[in-house]
Amino acid sequence: MLESLAISIVNAVPVLSGVPLWTITLLIMVVVAAIVLTFAMVYSGLATYVERKVAGDIQARVGPNRVGPVGLLQFLADGIKLLLKEDIIPAKADRFLFVLAPYLVFVGSFAAFVVVPFGVGLIASDLNIGIYYVMAITSLVVVGVMLAGWSSNNKWALLGGMRAAAQIVSYEIPVGMALLPAVLIAGSLSLQDIVRSQGGLFGIFGWNLFHNPFTFFSFFLYYVAALAETNRTPFDIPEAESELVSGYHVEYSGIRFAFFFLAEYGDMFIVSALAAACFLGGWHVPFLDAEALPAAWGNLFSLGVFLTKTLGLVLVMMWIRWTLPRLRVDQLMRMAWKYLVPLTFFNLLGVSLWLLLFHGKGIPQMMASFIG
Amino acid sequence: MKSHAEALPTQEMLINMGPQHPSTHGVLRVILRTDGEVVVNAKPDVGYLHRALEKIGERVTYAQYMPFTDRLDYLASMNCNAAWAWTVEKLAGIEVPERAEYIRVIVCELNRISSHLIAFGSFTADMGAFTPFLYAIRERERINDLFEDICGNRLTYNYVRIGGVSADLPDRFLEKTKEFLDYFEPKVPEYNKLISYNKIFVHRLANVAVATPEDAVGYGLTGPNLRGSGVPFDLRKNEPYSVYPKFDFDVCVGTGERGTLGDCFDRYMVRINEMKESVKILRQAIAQIPEGPVMAKVPRMFKPPVGEVYFRAENPRGETGIYLISDGTVNPYRLKIRAPSFVTMNIFEKITKGLMIADVVAVIGSFDIILPEIDR
Amino acid sequence: MEPKEIFEKIQARFGEAAVELQEEGFRPAFLVVSPEKVREIGRFLRDDPAMKFDSLMCLSGVDYPDRFAVAYHLHSLAIGHQIGVKAYLPKESPSLPSVDDVWPAANFQEREAFDLFGIVFEGSWDLRRILLPEDWEGHPLRKDYKYPESYHGIKI
Repeated sequence: MLESLAISIVNAVPVLSGVPLWTITLLIMVVVAAIVLTFAMVYSGLATYVERKVAGDIQARVGPNRVGPVGLLQFLADGIKLLLKEDIIPAKADRFLFVLAPYLVFVGSFAAFVVVPFGVGLIASDLNIGIYYVMAITSLVVVGVMLAGWSSNNKWALLGGMRAAAQIVSYEIPVGMALLPAVLIAGSLSLQDIVRSQGGLFGIFGWNLFHNPFTFFSFFLYYVAALAETNRTPFDIPEAESELVSGYHVEYSGIRFAFFFLAEYGDMFIVSALAAACFLGGWHVPFLDAEALPAAWGNLFSLGVFLTKTLGLVLVMMWIRWTLPRLRVDQLMRMAWKYLVPLTFFNLLGVSLWLLLFHGKGIPQMMASFIG
Repeated sequence: MKSHAEALPTQEMLINMGPQHPSTHGVLRVILRTDGEVVVNAKPDVGYLHRALEKIGERVTYAQYMPFTDRLDYLASMNCNAAWAWTVEKLAGIEVPERAEYIRVIVCELNRISSHLIAFGSFTADMGAFTPFLYAIRERERINDLFEDICGNRLTYNYVRIGGVSADLPDRFLEKTKEFLDYFEPKVPEYNKLISYNKIFVHRLANVAVATPEDAVGYGLTGPNLRGSGVPFDLRKNEPYSVYPKFDFDVCVGTGERGTLGDCFDRYMVRINEMKESVKILRQAIAQIPEGPVMAKVPRMFKPPVGEVYFRAENPRGETGIYLISDGTVNPYRLKIRAPSFVTMNIFEKITKGLMIADVVAVIGSFDIILPEIDR
Repeated sequence: MEPKEIFEKIQARFGEAAVELQEEGFRPAFLVVSPEKVREIGRFLRDDPAMKFDSLMCLSGVDYPDRFAVAYHLHSLAIGHQIGVKAYLPKESPSLPSVDDVWPAANFQEREAFDLFGIVFEGSWDLRRILLPEDWEGHPLRKDYKYPESYHGIKI
């Protein structure tokens, strides 16, 4: 697809015909990646602001309101402050790993943005192994967290890093298992295909959420496991501020700390985007067929719908954080292995049997075929 | 499988839960030896806030010592002030006017509510629920406003004097207090709905750090910690002082409702229920308070008779006892403050054996210790 | 029980160890006992069914003009009475048996008395300085304590 785009650009601008095609393709890829990265960074910055405002609302106070109109530019002020901070590396810390860890976490989180289906034609790279790629690349976060815990030369950081590694690795299984029903229904790992498979039926009834009871259950299992993946309360023991004094990022300051933070919000977006794409119908606009609309309108509406769903789920994550207390580490592990893993396995079994028995049709589709 | 795990060589980790830590309620250092996440030994190390209050007491006069008792337990400042005043009055046999005693009880109970609010707020914040802390602070702000009306201060009040209180209640104070009580009374059921019976919260606290009644008595636990273990002993009921016999209230005892009797959850619930009882006492006190003077005649250079006295008051954190030895001069001869948190720390090493690191934080919060009291 | 009855019981059981009863001007009354027998007397007071002093309210060191003392304030949760026990100690190397196996609450308070007065509690399971740093010299609450000029090079 990029190649055809590159060819069309060369045809439009004859002066570029001297340049080999692969440079143009590469340039387009870089531009697309830059756009996605910019979106991700701006989103992360604004997410910190929204989190503080939501926290303020829940806690009967105001939140940031000084910098910019209603405090909107707070994240810029924070970013600039963090950039200007002194670069402190602990004396006996492992320098190379200490510097490397935030970048690994950052890459692990933001590299997943390229397969997020923002709209009808708005996806940076429609890999045919979409979900598999996301699961693999977000595992880099574990490596980064463990390196951060180890290289800080600090027992609290080490404890936090170990806990984080155990937690993220344990919850990868329920997350993967809970996403598989959507894959089974669509018959493809590509995220655009999964979203397209939820089309028709006035939008909301085509959602995978209502396809059959097992996928309904699956959505909630996925959401809970994803909360644990992203180290959010009630599963935030790796960075439990009041127990481990910030856990694995206790020795980090300045822009390195900012990377951990931004990566957390990036992760939140990714898991919410996956939930929206796999279960909540993705970019399908209600009552309209987005693919049939003219390109600009279709993209715009679908982008709007998708962002609404994703950011709504992110808001729910923030809401949960400020409401619930924290689980202890052994309770957390027990929940993963004794409850979520068996439940997601049975769920998967249930979806497979359903699809076998009903030839891939969901409840709304069967009802539609009865009525119409 | 088990023998394979035992054959793996592991090392104990020595972690310092240092003087600077968000959850140790002050400058408390806990030296943890852990085997992974399980605590093998947790030794508290106190003394970072030692200000030699007892030595200072031997240099200043009785009236001059009142501001020092403020800093003893700054969250229950009125209670500490009043304990000192009652001790000296017991020694010298001073008769305090009834209105002054009622005022003392009113401010002590208000301070008890505000101290329990902080205990509740910081405990839930340690558990990871950040929001109830701000709700507690919001309620406490209103109490601070009431205290500001009375004596001008919001934290260390220095309001009670030997022989009475320093000034009478300002205008409309009793109405404002009643408004506050009407505002506050529905809040406690709200907290229970929001956090107290939340499944995650209960799971964190139930069956953690159980203090049996025998242990509680032997190790010197007092106040809500003792009552959380099921022992129905409240100084305001069992050895009443001041005008407490005139009030009708219940003693809140732990019942083991969500776990074993004497676990962290019981101690937490005792404090929540005590806030409700304080509201009851306050309502009765406001209704019954008589008119009259608020200060007895105490000479400027006050010289009590020679003797030794021990008096104890029911503070929000336990039983604050003051052992006062007077030799007839204007300065006390020996002044020993039996601070509840200090004696409570005796049980810390025993009760944290086998817990996880996260539970150590729960234990510190559930015993509601405060460092200035421990270190004096 | 009245302090006089308690004193007579102690006298009947321990004879010479019960030295005197201080009642006038002392609230609660004090049973002055000899320091060597403090642990046995404490155990007797705790276990005797008529007295049952199961709660140690307060343990303090005192620096009188001519001698030291350790004052114990006891309370019975079951019966409700209070009593004080005092043991006088000489000024040079004051020491007496520890009661932390009778009342575990005594441990921190004994450490405090050791730290601030220098009174040694024999048989205590853990006797170290508690409020002051481990390498502090001197016992501050003694009346003849001289304030040091500096600590580890820091002028104080």
